[in-house]
Amino acid sequence: MTAAVTPTGYIQHHLTNAQMCTVDGGIAFNHACADAGFWTWHIDSLLFSVGLGALFLALFYRVGKKATTGVPGKFQCLVEMVIELIDSSVKGSFHGRSSVAVAPLALTLFVWIILMNTMDLIPVDFVPEAASRILGVPYLKIVPTTDLNITFGLSLSVFALIVYYSIKIKGLSGFVKELTMQPFNHWIMIPFNFVLEFVTLIAKPISLALRLFGNMYAGELIFILIALVPWWAQSALYVPWAIFHILIVLLQAFIFMMLTVVYLSMAHEDH
Amino acid sequence: MNINATLIGQAIAFALFVLFCMKYVWPPLIAAIEERQKKISDGLTQAERAGKDLELAQAKSIERLKEAKSQAAEIVEQANKRRAQIVEEAKMEGETERLKIVAQGEAEVESERSRAREELRQQVSALAIAGAEKIIKRSIDKEANSDIIDKLVAEL
Repeated sequence: MTAAVTPTGYIQHHLTNAQMCTVDGGIAFNHACADAGFWTWHIDSLLFSVGLGALFLALFYRVGKKATTGVPGKFQCLVEMVIELIDSSVKGSFHGRSSVAVAPLALTLFVWIILMNTMDLIPVDFVPEAASRILGVPYLKIVPTTDLNITFGLSLSVFALIVYYSIKIKGLSGFVKELTMQPFNHWIMIPFNFVLEFVTLIAKPISLALRLFGNMYAGELIFILIALVPWWAQSALYVPWAIFHILIVLLQAFIFMMLTVVYLSMAHEDH
Repeated sequence: MNINATLIGQAIAFALFVLFCMKYVWPPLIAAIEERQKKISDGLTQAERAGKDLELAQAKSIERLKEAKSQAAEIVEQANKRRAQIVEEAKMEGETERLKIVAQGEAEVESERSRAREELRQQVSALAIAGAEKIIKRSIDKEANSDIIDKLVAEL
């Protein structure tokens, strides 16, 4: 897009996803999708998210294939540090009997979210400008985690796993009992218990998704605002915020991963 | 910010990624790490054992050295004693040898002297007899006075 007319327009433009939907049997993009409702795809979020996930898997797969038990290379060292971090975190927080799926899940979440968040550090105009000039793409958001769909996609999958493991470990009756007989173990209190426990259960995916989304969205917004100040003042604002943002990028990924592990551990506990 | 089908796409991608990670990424990496950890811990215990062995060997060698030193000192002492003994023995032997030689020489000298004296005595007696013979030739019978001459000779 050419230079934004107004600050509001500039910000709004930066916060709009590239959309795709089917209208009347044909494929339509962006504004044409205004009425498509649920069946709209944010192709930029999906593209970058899947691309980064594939990048992560490809890198780690290569390292895993060539992994030596002798003296590791520098990249293998890095990968192993991440693996060890995940492994120790999972061993420390997960008390379920079988953790075969939990550690890979945590690893995927951690590295993938770091990569998606890191897209935030690319100056806000680089990729969208290039895309609009070279490819003619009018809207492009390159940070997948600033898209609520992406964070909810992750957290609802985690939620599905929570429910799955709860039922698998405790049985359906155990799961229902957990929802209705706590904290007050009396049949009169069942409705009250259920409301309490249901909110607790539902709050897990929502808080996961909103925490990550909120942090990254706010960070992105600040970057966009910084991009609005005169060019000679930008570095003075951009550099400290970007450095601070590195912390948020890692921290949010870690929190998401850690909470997922804790939630799954709770799902594995039977009383 | 509307929720739409992107969510489903993301969830599917997530599921596939986790499955891939579970099957192809996590196992080889964690296996490599655990094997290296085992190797390192083995190496450490071996190093510890080797250190203990070394300490033991050092203590043993020090003990051996001490033993050898004391033995050497003993041997030297013995040798010294033996030397003194030999020297003493040799001295004593020499002394007795000397005494024997001196005694022998003295005896020889004595016997030589007595022989010479005997000879001298005989010669003097013969000479005396000859002198006396010549003196008394003319008057005295040789046979009649021989007992006197013998007495004289004995007195010499």
